[in-house]
Amino acid sequence: MLKEPHKIVSKKQLSENVFTAWVRAPLIAEAAKPGQFVIVCLSNEYGERIPLTIAGADPENGTIRLIWQRVGKTTAELADLKAEDKIMNIVGPLGNPTEIKNYGTAVCVGGGIGLAPLLPITRALKKTGNYIISIIGARTKELLILENEFKDISDELNITTDDGSYGQKALVTEPLEEVCQRSNKPDQVFAIGPAVMMKFCCEVTKKYNIPTQVSLNTIMVDGTGMCGGCRIEYDGQPKFVCVDGPEFDGHKVNFELMIKRLNAYKYQEKKAIEQYRNYKCKLEDKIES
Amino acid sequence: MTQSDDKKQLDKLLEKQRKGNLKPSDRFEIPPQPIPEQEPHKRKKNISEVALGYTETQARLEAMRCLQCKNVPCVKGCPVRIRIKDFIAAIAEGHYKKALQIIKENSLLPAVCGRVCPQEVQCQLTCTVGKKFKDPTKAVSIGRLERYVADLEQDNIQIPEIAPETGMKVAVIGSGPGGIVAAADTRRAGHDVTVFEAFHKTGGVMVYGIPEFRLPKSIVQKEIDVLKKMGVKIICNFIVGKTRTLDQLMNEEGFDAAYIGVGAGLPRFMSIEGESLIGVYSANEFLTRANLMKAYDFGKGADTPIAKPKIAAVIGGGNVAMDSARTAVRLGAQKVYLIYRRTEKEMPARIEEVHHAKEEGIDFRILQSPKRIIGDENFNVTDIECLKYRLGEPDESGRRRPIPIEGSEFHIEVDTVIMAIGNIANPLIRKTTTGLEFNKWGNIIVDENCKTSIEGVYAGGDIVLGAATVILAMGQGRIAANSINQYLKQKKKQTLRNTK
Ligand SMILES: Cc1cc2nc3c(=O)[nH]c(=O)nc-3n(C[C@H](O)[C@H](O)[C@H](O)COP(=O)(O)OP(=O)(O)OC[C@H]3O[C@@H](n4cnc5c(N)ncnc54)[C@H](O)[C@@H]3O)c2cc1C
Ligand code: SF4
Ligand code: FES
Repeated sequence: MLKEPHKIVSKKQLSENVFTAWVRAPLIAEAAKPGQFVIVCLSNEYGERIPLTIAGADPENGTIRLIWQRVGKTTAELADLKAEDKIMNIVGPLGNPTEIKNYGTAVCVGGGIGLAPLLPITRALKKTGNYIISIIGARTKELLILENEFKDISDELNITTDDGSYGQKALVTEPLEEVCQRSNKPDQVFAIGPAVMMKFCCEVTKKYNIPTQVSLNTIMVDGTGMCGGCRIEYDGQPKFVCVDGPEFDGHKVNFELMIKRLNAYKYQEKKAIEQYRNYKCKLEDKIES
Repeated sequence: MTQSDDKKQLDKLLEKQRKGNLKPSDRFEIPPQPIPEQEPHKRKKNISEVALGYTETQARLEAMRCLQCKNVPCVKGCPVRIRIKDFIAAIAEGHYKKALQIIKENSLLPAVCGRVCPQEVQCQLTCTVGKKFKDPTKAVSIGRLERYVADLEQDNIQIPEIAPETGMKVAVIGSGPGGIVAAADTRRAGHDVTVFEAFHKTGGVMVYGIPEFRLPKSIVQKEIDVLKKMGVKIICNFIVGKTRTLDQLMNEEGFDAAYIGVGAGLPRFMSIEGESLIGVYSANEFLTRANLMKAYDFGKGADTPIAKPKIAAVIGGGNVAMDSARTAVRLGAQKVYLIYRRTEKEMPARIEEVHHAKEEGIDFRILQSPKRIIGDENFNVTDIECLKYRLGEPDESGRRRPIPIEGSEFHIEVDTVIMAIGNIANPLIRKTTTGLEFNKWGNIIVDENCKTSIEGVYAGGDIVLGAATVILAMGQGRIAANSINQYLKQKKKQTLRNTK
């Protein structure tokens, strides 16, 4: 049962800053369930540990699918990797799986990169017989990912863009509210995306009293409950996203606090990515000259 | 005293000893040898080790302070019963290899233990010399001597002999001190041993908790390298209970026995207002960012950011609190408070670390504890509100109970708060293993052989003892390994019998 290196089998750019790859990780592929995530770390000495959702798992081929947005240094470095390159450390599957069952009508709302974790959940919900209403959104057309995948598994599909370049010009909350107002109210909502989006989705569904699961993407270190860096305030109590989550009843999450905590290292992260870009530019200059 | 004076004194003592008239009073006259250290103002700006280790002359002088007591009270104080008297005698004679061999009979990680064991409450507490001076810090410096001989070997650690392969598979879960010893000892018996570690680096708390300036990571790495050379397989990024459960390892992956050494786990918070604010860390997070991911090199290679504290308050009085406070100093904090509910006498930290912390300018605030943490509109910490305490009657632990003084609230301005008030057991193994018994605090229940309620499964270290020490974890790793070796011998006999 020796672990083998995590080779990238294939990689694709989904939009300007969003990438996807299938990576060899047989042990994780076999154990992974929808809703779980991994932690990736690119170097043993200096690497930063970042959580990424498992957007798909193929136990037969021993691969998992990762989708990430280039935001910090580690995601930028990941984006620069090619097929056949190796990722040094991947640990998982972490977190609790989504509770998949037949709720009746399930609304799956995803924004931006949040569509990645939402996909395997939606797929599993469909398999268990739910009527699936998907609402997928992005800032603009180029940033919308996984449209086809969602089309295949949705009974109804709503697409929104902030600028109206594709689908409905709206935020995902608008079609969500419409769905909530229907006479046959949906039974369960899953909302995954930027923290602000989840916050507003929860405000909508709360009004209509529809249970809403959110999947939180806090900063993490170990992913095993050891550090508490991922903690949020839930129903007034501290909870650790890595072991108590990542999914929570969105109506009880203190989003405001979570959003601030997410930004705690913004300044430092910006510096790191600038340094990495400079380093890359210099490297490219060198190669060219 | 200069180095040549030291040398002269040593020669004189050795001469006396040769003639057979070295008296205990001569030994009492040898001053306790101070260990050379980096100056506080220098070491505050680096992460290198603080204590630099004895010179040869110092080591022998210190060893000559030992009275060679017949009843060896020091050995009784040592959790793993190292033959202290004998190894010290060997050092006094200049036989350093022999000294190390004696230590290794009982302790596998002398370079680590010599540095981090709380000797002043173990072997040095009971040492006759310390008793004579009524001061455990004046006892024979057993730990420093242990470190001295261990360091001599650092560049070519002996690889122990391995018995012929038995074909039996042992899983060691967690690569802390207990796991390392359990792996080494079961491998020596010829078993096929695999260590599973959740993190991307091995060593447990010795790597992500205890800072470089107290325990250089290269020392731990060398011990891991020895394991690898012995043929132990090490699998990092593998969480038992997630990647595979213990049940799966035992029933599907064909492991014949397992040692669980997963450590303490979840950080404790105080359940006070404001603990989720930005700038409040658990010591685990703060130290892991700094040590494991080397966040002190952020911008110079390291990718993990850490908020650079300006004014930090560390809550707690143990080793973890000292380590956090001193790490904050090294990250550039201008002011670091250490806030503790009781008095210095009750602090569980090693005396040496308390002393070092003070030298580095850490402001000890005893008989105080936070009541709430206050933040600004952006949720950044700005203040802590503390209460003053007094000591009441002793509680179950024998320590005097701290009692808050009503109405004594006051504020301290800070931007970082580090909670170092202990850990509770990680429930992961508990939740994912059938038939494993735990006590009400979530610690695994074992018998005196470290056997759990599941056949073939043994456990030790912090997950059994609660927050303990490196040496206790090591000791249990060794006991468990012995039990596993015996168990597997039985098991092999049985399978042979069955196949006949
Ligand atoms: C900051 C700090 C300072 C300390 N200072 C001292 C000191 O000066 N002297 C002293 O004697 N003691 C000290 N201690 C305590 C000492 O480090 C511990 O008692 C000791 O390390 C416990 O050893 P262990 O074998 O139980 O495992 P640990 O060292 O706790 O290691 C457990 C390992 O298991 C891994 N693990 C956990 N769960 C899983 C899982 N499910 N699957 C796979 N792997 C898993 C962890 O990642 C970890 O690497 C200190 C502790 C801390 C935190
Ligand atoms: S108790 Fe102290 S003096 Fe006596 S043998 Fe042990 S170390 Fe030496
Ligand atoms: S990431 Fe450390 S506790 Fe969750």
